[in-house]
Amino acid sequence: MLEGLLDPLRWEMTFSEMDTLWNGFFFTLQVVVAGLALSLVLGTILGVFSTTRSRVLRAISRIYVEFYQNTPLPVQVFFMYMAGPQLLQQITGAPSPVRISSFVLGFVGVGLYHAAYISEVIRTGIEAVPRGQMEAALSQGFTRVQAYAYIILPQTFKVILPPLCNQALNLVKNTSVLALIAGGDLMYNADNFVSSYGYLQGYIMACLLYFIICFPLAILVQWLEKRSKERPRAKNIPGVTDIAQAASTAKEA
Amino acid sequence: MEIFNQANVSFILGGFANTIEISVLAIIFSLLFGTILAMVKQYGPKPLSLLVSAYIELFRCTPNLLWILFIYFTVKGDYVFTSVLSFTIFTSAVMAEIVRGGFNSIPKSQFEAARSQGFGFFGTMWYIILPQTFMVIIPALFSQCTTVIKDSSYLAGVNVMEFMYTTKVVMAQAADLSQVLMLYGFMFALYFVLNFGISLIVRAYQRRVVAAA
Repeated sequence: MLEGLLDPLRWEMTFSEMDTLWNGFFFTLQVVVAGLALSLVLGTILGVFSTTRSRVLRAISRIYVEFYQNTPLPVQVFFMYMAGPQLLQQITGAPSPVRISSFVLGFVGVGLYHAAYISEVIRTGIEAVPRGQMEAALSQGFTRVQAYAYIILPQTFKVILPPLCNQALNLVKNTSVLALIAGGDLMYNADNFVSSYGYLQGYIMACLLYFIICFPLAILVQWLEKRSKERPRAKNIPGVTDIAQAASTAKEA
Repeated sequence: MEIFNQANVSFILGGFANTIEISVLAIIFSLLFGTILAMVKQYGPKPLSLLVSAYIELFRCTPNLLWILFIYFTVKGDYVFTSVLSFTIFTSAVMAEIVRGGFNSIPKSQFEAARSQGFGFFGTMWYIILPQTFMVIIPALFSQCTTVIKDSSYLAGVNVMEFMYTTKVVMAQAADLSQVLMLYGFMFALYFVLNFGISLIVRAYQRRVVAAA
């Protein structure tokens, strides 16, 4: 099996079939972008819910997060794939089962799943912001919604960016769940290639293409983690910081 | 027809037992291999350490399903063996990063104290560093366990007789939507109880550690 890896004819064949792999690659990218958007929006809403005073909103967020974090993504997506069309038919009253496209299954599947994780990231980020910030914002006449939007959430960015990017990386990998069902994505097309030709090259190209998307994200996570550990420093503004430094050294003397 | 008859239920639960067996074996082997990788990356010579870094990045940046399919295609053998093998090769990369995070939390003075007491490198690791490391990383290890259990359902893609696969086989007999929904409810419930149970253990442990500190 492995000796075929060095066969130039097999590589030639693989490169001539690259078009389907590229199609899968771009399809996967589209699923990633839509899934990321859905999970960010839903995750932020649920994360904010879990820090509000309302017991109902907190319970909604908790139940959602526990359900999605403790059940497998393939089972969730299979459920949408097999039971979804008939359920939608009964809900909407359509004459026949509603067909759900592979794209929708993919982005809704990974979007809902990662929303649970992103919600937890947002929650820990909000909890890291001192409580006084909310009180100060309210005392200045901000409504609670405004306080979250303008005061609390912007302050969480530095803390939550590394785990958010990590979630984005996992989301890319998890789009491969589509290969188990409706297909059309990179993993599915690569698997198709391998099973029709019997050449391992298909998996190697898929590995390479996934790596192209994920490795920059992994580097970004490392960089952001290093940066988030640094203490905030004042910018060096000529004429201003010099005076401040002079003042501080004068105090020490 | 009754879908939860005795034959079906024991078939489905057999799949659940396989899921647990594969997950437990995969976790044990990947923890062993991952610890070795972490030691090499952290304390090994530069070329080896770079090699391990490359290994970790490769498996961190590619989907699990890819390696499941890859191993299924290249290695022939018992399905428990191939499943555990594929899970071990990519979970080791994650385990290595978890263990390395634990190493970083151990103060350097522990090494110096061990050295001054006459411990060699392996003695220091075995008696001093690793026990402390594992105490620190227990929560991360357990949450990795739930990840492995959840991801084991990807094995249904290569027709391994695990929980999702056996449930789906029974689902083919379902007469109508309500039976399909009951089977999905059963599958969700069992996965949930198992994984939620593990996360409750982690939370109890963390509370105890916080209370002790």
